[in-house]
Amino acid sequence: MATEAHGGEEGGLVFHPMDQFIVKPLFGGDTIEWYTITNATLWMGIAVLAIIGLMVLGTSRRATIPTRMQSIAELAYGFVYKMVEDVTGKDGVKFFPYVMTLFMFIVMANFLGLLPMSFTTTSHFAVTVVLALLVFLTVTIYGVAKHGTHFLGLFWVSSAPLPLRPVLAIIELISYFVRPVSHSIRLAGNVMAGHAVIKVFAGFAAIATISPVSVVAITAMYGLEVLVAFIQAYVFTILTCVYLKDALHPGH
Amino acid sequence: MEGQLAHIGAGLAAIGSGAAAIGVGNVAGNFLAGALRNPSAAASQTATLFIGIAFAEALGIFSFLVALLLMFAV
Repeated sequence: MATEAHGGEEGGLVFHPMDQFIVKPLFGGDTIEWYTITNATLWMGIAVLAIIGLMVLGTSRRATIPTRMQSIAELAYGFVYKMVEDVTGKDGVKFFPYVMTLFMFIVMANFLGLLPMSFTTTSHFAVTVVLALLVFLTVTIYGVAKHGTHFLGLFWVSSAPLPLRPVLAIIELISYFVRPVSHSIRLAGNVMAGHAVIKVFAGFAAIATISPVSVVAITAMYGLEVLVAFIQAYVFTILTCVYLKDALHPGH
Repeated sequence: MEGQLAHIGAGLAAIGSGAAAIGVGNVAGNFLAGALRNPSAAASQTATLFIGIAFAEALGIFSFLVALLLMFAV
């Protein structure tokens, strides 16, 4: 992505802020096939292993007085369960394992991406688009299978005056098909923008006169990014719940 | 020349993030105004707040995406 626009020669920064997002093969070689093990594969694997470690090892002892790890695992479980139940209702609880998987993967990938020298998998559209398309297909297929043609009531706003309804139907149809686009770009865009800003400030730190300001700015941005990493995972999951609610109860 | 025009376009696309800031500020400000009038109902509406912020913010992220495309893809 950033190889041809490398700012080292003309831009003045020591490194390009987008260099951190380059996907590299781990074990040598230049070509990337679909089976090549890259740094993206590595960090996705670490995220999955970290989730397994947290959830399985954390809750395996089932102590009455929980350890710190057990508290985190139980808090995460309760948090997502309550979110699914509140937004989609009692009959949406059957989607809880799916939503929990999404939330844990995104939040863990975001947090691991904040480690220095690591690779942020969720900053790539290739990752988030697949996640969002899966949500979109689940909602559409489940909605059509459960309600049949009744699912189209989602686009026919029956509470609006009759002459307005065809216009609203077009708007609703467009907004329905833009969902996977905005759903994926929101996550990847936020994470990518935050990491790029940190790297831009890191580039300024090489200039002696403004380096104290830029070090403080990096620290402040890092704190904000920790917050954003969690909020974006939360937003992705709660929007999944909202879309699932549409599949369960179409119509306005 | 064309590359420089793309850079100008990317800078213009950055105006979109300011517009998104207005949107997010509107959502959060109105939530706070409502929450201070009726604090007991505020806790139940935080999910709605985050959904509103996310929708407003997504359009700002679109402008960021346009800027990125102009910088690296054109």
